[in-house]
Amino acid sequence: MIIDLPSTTTSKVNQKLVELRERGGAVALGRVLTLLIVTEDGAAIEDTVDAANEASREHPSRIIVAARGTKAAEPRIDAQIRVGGDAGASEVLVLRLYGPLADEADTAVVPLLLPDAPIVTWWPGSAPADPARDPLGRIAQRRITDAAAERNPIEAVRSRAASYAEGDTDLAWTRLTNWRAQLVAALDLPPHEPVTAASVTGDGNSPSTELLAGWLAHYLRVPVRRERASEGPGIVSVSLERASGPVELHRPDGKIGTLRQPGQPARTIDLHRRSLSDVLVEELRRLDPDEVYERALHGVSLLPEHQEGATV
Amino acid sequence: MARWTNPLRDERDKRLPVIAGPSSLVIFGVTGDLARKKLLPAVYDLAHRGLLPPGFALVGCARGEEDFTAVVRDAVERHARTPFKESVWRRLADGIRFVPGDFGEDDTFERLVKTVDELDAERGTGGNHAFYLSIPPSVFGVVTQQLAKFGLAASTSDGWRRVVIEKPFGHDLASACELNGIVGSVFGEESVFRIDHYLGKETVQNILALRFANQLFEPLWNCHYVDHVQITMAEDIGVGGRAGYYDGIGAARDVIQNHLLQLLAFTAMEEPLSFEPAALRAEKVKVLRATEPVGPFEETTARGQYTGGWQGGERVPALHDEDGFAPESRTETYAAVTLAVENRRWAGVPFYLRTGKRLGRRVTEIAVVFRRAPHLPFDSTATEELGQNALVIRVQPDEGVTMRFGSKVPGTTMEVRDVTMDFGYGHAFTESSPEAYERLVLDVLRGEPSLFPGNEEVEESWRILDPVLAQWSAHGAPEPYPPGSWGPESADAMLARDGRNWRRP
Repeated sequence: MIIDLPSTTTSKVNQKLVELRERGGAVALGRVLTLLIVTEDGAAIEDTVDAANEASREHPSRIIVAARGTKAAEPRIDAQIRVGGDAGASEVLVLRLYGPLADEADTAVVPLLLPDAPIVTWWPGSAPADPARDPLGRIAQRRITDAAAERNPIEAVRSRAASYAEGDTDLAWTRLTNWRAQLVAALDLPPHEPVTAASVTGDGNSPSTELLAGWLAHYLRVPVRRERASEGPGIVSVSLERASGPVELHRPDGKIGTLRQPGQPARTIDLHRRSLSDVLVEELRRLDPDEVYERALHGVSLLPEHQEGATV
Repeated sequence: MARWTNPLRDERDKRLPVIAGPSSLVIFGVTGDLARKKLLPAVYDLAHRGLLPPGFALVGCARGEEDFTAVVRDAVERHARTPFKESVWRRLADGIRFVPGDFGEDDTFERLVKTVDELDAERGTGGNHAFYLSIPPSVFGVVTQQLAKFGLAASTSDGWRRVVIEKPFGHDLASACELNGIVGSVFGEESVFRIDHYLGKETVQNILALRFANQLFEPLWNCHYVDHVQITMAEDIGVGGRAGYYDGIGAARDVIQNHLLQLLAFTAMEEPLSFEPAALRAEKVKVLRATEPVGPFEETTARGQYTGGWQGGERVPALHDEDGFAPESRTETYAAVTLAVENRRWAGVPFYLRTGKRLGRRVTEIAVVFRRAPHLPFDSTATEELGQNALVIRVQPDEGVTMRFGSKVPGTTMEVRDVTMDFGYGHAFTESSPEAYERLVLDVLRGEPSLFPGNEEVEESWRILDPVLAQWSAHGAPEPYPPGSWGPESADAMLARDGRNWRRP
């Protein structure tokens, strides 16, 4: 069900929500968090909401979309409430904010937050320079950005490192989880030899590749080379050098990876690039600070190619 | 040699999924019902979730010359929880092998050894193999002896060997000990994984979280506040088609001995020192040791057998008319017992356990029923409709927790009536929580034994149940009950004697 409330106020939206709950039963019960999506008004909103609805099947939530419309317009809020079949396991409130209100989104959002439930703010597009100090970031326990959606992704990773605060996370990092899991598992097996050097190959503009290299640099404390790939999207391969030979994980096509280790047969691994809803589900699974992400961000500054890369 | 610490591991890294190490799963009796409906789909679901190691291999061992890959594919397509993906399937199918043959013949095991060695070389399974015995217990001896004879049973320095067995773990204490002896003579206790699929359910694990992670419940979790506990597992289906297994076994052995006593252990145990497997088992064994059946059994137990009739719009046969059951069969399809946990926490609190086939609906729940308030400052008319407070853990279906308490009815008069407060897993978390078998198969491959009952637990459970079974076999017969009801009248009488009644689940 979709209910449009043109030119409205938040208290009217709230009133409508209570009314819907009384009429339709337990609509707002069992929501575990408020997911606040901050974006520019436009067609892209729907993809974002779809991904969030999909994620709500695992994490039932109230989704509030703060869509900033044109600032030249008269101040106005156009609201839309979606419940039931149109909202997955969640309820979706889309607030289109016009005129000066576009910059005061927090004042419109605060009355609609669920009581006593954690808040997650997600910028699916361009994020503020310092998410934790942004008015909509400050109220959240967790702030999700996406470096891959920025105009200069590599630059974005660096700025995330500078502005990092507890609760920050980035989808470029989430997209790495499967890679990291395989690499960690590979090092669990004998021969238990120290890694002497590492290299990461990927798209020059891929922030995930950058973060993977940073993560390795921090935890392995060895030089990590960052190489441009001639094939494949995103990350293409990782190689960890050890005395008995390298551990290599290679994914040329963005789909299937091959793991090679000395003395072991080559093994294929499903390493499909992950969908937006999939990474969002993972992101919503934990709400505490991600210390490992913080270390990977700082690891990026240890990369030797780092300065060089900026000049290319 | 110093212990290897993986430089990339960080315990704060909670994102990383737990992936099993290189290994294979060898299933004996792979063409059986359980393997098709639960086990094979669970393996696929694990693959789909990326939790199986690269190079994982699945070996089927059974009589017959079927196209095993097709059998697995069919089972997966029909019963898997996650959607069928060709790419996931193809990688899983690469590691599928079939070893046909009779379990008694050496030839079969020679070929199994060869297959396993090939897998180590081609797929890198590293000598790590789990043997899943999805076969009747009467064949356990043969298979385990053969495994030992061909050197497949012993864990070596470079690979582990584990064995997975399913209920029934015997049919009384003596036979359980014998079975433990057979399996134990070949596999060490730490390599034996006994599957009780109830323990793989999120809701059962949640009992521990509910009790030990909250301040709200544990203070009330004792004989000062709890009046009694009811543990129910009801099924709406009959036992048609399972006569070979069920006849002579009956509801008590089939369900109470394993599932319900495990649920009792989780509900009644003291707080474990930690969630280490050994610490958890220690507490479960302790509480099972303190558990005794309450007599006289003519009054404190009940058993029944379903008759024919209408159930939910269908005409269903009586047990006597089901295929494979003799008309004079005394196998019970309903069983209820009264147990006491003899320690300070539970003194005087009866635990009523019941299970049955062809009951009102399919439901498993644990109901902790509290005492009435010691003093009610209301008129008796105001609290006429007030029952006892209750906390109900719904294990399946509609997993969740319900609390029942009194609330004032809106209006000018003071009137208190029962209301419920409800937590549903489906609402608060995921629609896609993993199947119990997924969790358990993964735990076998990881060598994580917390969710598997140890042999001591199995033997204690039989010790509790044996006196009741002895009484039943010596005296009387099960009382008939109509299909779709909540059991025989003697079951109601058994609680009525204590001034209580069964919850309608």
